[in-house]
Amino acid sequence: MSKIKIKANILRQEMIAGNVFSMVIQAKEIATQAVPGQFVDLYSADGSKLLPRPISLCEIDREQGTLRLVYRIAGKGTAEFSTLTSDHTIDVLGPLGNGFKKEGKKAIIIGGGIGIPPMLQLAKELDCEKSIVLGYRDEEFLSSEFKPYGDVYMSSDNGEFGVKGTVMDAIREYGIEGDIIYACGPTPMLRAIREYAIEHNIKAQISLEERMACGVGACLACVCKSREVDDHSMVHNKRVCKDGPVFYAEEVEL
Amino acid sequence: MGINTKVNIAGVELKNPITVASGTFGSGMEYDEFVDLNRLGAVTTKGVANVPWPGNPTPRVAETYGGMMNAIGLQNPGIDVFAKRDIPFLRTKDTKIIVNVCGKSTEDYIEVVERLADEDVDLLEINVSCPNVKEGGIAFGQDPKALYDITKAIKAKAKQPVIMKLSPNVTDITIMAKAACEAGADALSLINTITGMKIDVNRRTFAVANKTAGVSGPAIHPIAVRMVYQVANAVDVPIIGMGGVMNAEDALELIMAGASAVAVGTANFNNPYATIEIIDGIEKYMIDNNISDINELIGCVK
Repeated sequence: MSKIKIKANILRQEMIAGNVFSMVIQAKEIATQAVPGQFVDLYSADGSKLLPRPISLCEIDREQGTLRLVYRIAGKGTAEFSTLTSDHTIDVLGPLGNGFKKEGKKAIIIGGGIGIPPMLQLAKELDCEKSIVLGYRDEEFLSSEFKPYGDVYMSSDNGEFGVKGTVMDAIREYGIEGDIIYACGPTPMLRAIREYAIEHNIKAQISLEERMACGVGACLACVCKSREVDDHSMVHNKRVCKDGPVFYAEEVEL
Repeated sequence: MGINTKVNIAGVELKNPITVASGTFGSGMEYDEFVDLNRLGAVTTKGVANVPWPGNPTPRVAETYGGMMNAIGLQNPGIDVFAKRDIPFLRTKDTKIIVNVCGKSTEDYIEVVERLADEDVDLLEINVSCPNVKEGGIAFGQDPKALYDITKAIKAKAKQPVIMKLSPNVTDITIMAKAACEAGADALSLINTITGMKIDVNRRTFAVANKTAGVSGPAIHPIAVRMVYQVANAVDVPIIGMGGVMNAEDALELIMAGASAVAVGTANFNNPYATIEIIDGIEKYMIDNNISDINELIGCVK
């Protein structure tokens, strides 16, 4: 199996929170080989926008051959995607990146903002004890869908629901423990998780984001600083799109 | 009736005129699962220096209207790893190898060129036009005297034919083309990216960390066609044309303007199958238009 670019039928799309959309596409060739933590590249139909938009996989249905993508409008490209309905198609490349590695007995799954969606498929597939921590600015989404898979804890910036503050505040407040952390979210959140994991000697797999072009490891746009010399360019730059997006916390500098 | 798509670049025969623009395709490994590399006329590698280069801070790319801009900063593993890993990989494919060479000083370039002398590669493309590195790069490509000197120095050491890659960021590209040819360049490739800048108004900062970045993509294609035409009419060496080629029609424009081969760059990011679709499209054009030999088309528009 390998990466493939296809024209996918859009099965349905809805807005699930302010500027956050949930799109389900028929993409059998990609879905059958995808794992949690991987992503796809979506292409604009408008020739003035050439670069693909990397979007994480929220749910993978290998039997139906479908992918659910939950994304936030961040610019003109994602705004265009949000207008597509079930009579449209979209060009998709995937599956891209490495995905999460399943390990440990007691997992803490952490998602922040638009880093929450990729944690859903992981929560479904992880076969161990799970605490799920979801951090929001002020509007909740997807949290009820996590409930079947573990204990769900929330934080919000204004304290309107869950713990007032960040996911780290929720972890401390509820005394959440585990032997493996999986996380995706904004860099300041990942930085705090990285410090926490190193301090408490817990393994942490964190999913990073960086501006990309090719999505397949060729153009070297989306590098992150790595502690060890990378085996592609022999410097300290791992490629987020190919070597990642999931890295062990101690592997990278944030 | 069979058609001939073979073209000749400085004595090296390419099975068809399509190669890739340096830096957009790695050494082909990442695109091996999308395209049959054996079908490409040549693979032009990412720039390689004498030692590993870490490149620029991120963000390194941004999208622009009908194009993109990049300031990767020539991140590369250096010639030793490249020679051990990338050349043997490419040699398993039935395609020509064009190694793009970068450096900060004349000595750097010479070191790489000398290291490549005993390697099984077909052509050297000398990057004297990268707008994104502080030293070397474009400094050699914007001054005819400097370009003449470095071309001469490289030609004295190179065992393979030398292609000088020209920058569009000059007042008159034919002056640069003539300087390179007078110094013995065997071929020219053009155009490298055009220096640009994009500001993120929401973050009130530069969209690319390097502040300036090289603009590529279909938005710059007409500039490439114009410059290839100018250079083709100013010098006698073969030209590899590049700049925003998205499809066979774009490639044919460059060929008709005077390019013997065409490199596909930014299009790979939009469509990983772009190179093969362009090769197929050129063949179809030739059949539909009763062209038996692609060489009839090179520079046919005067």
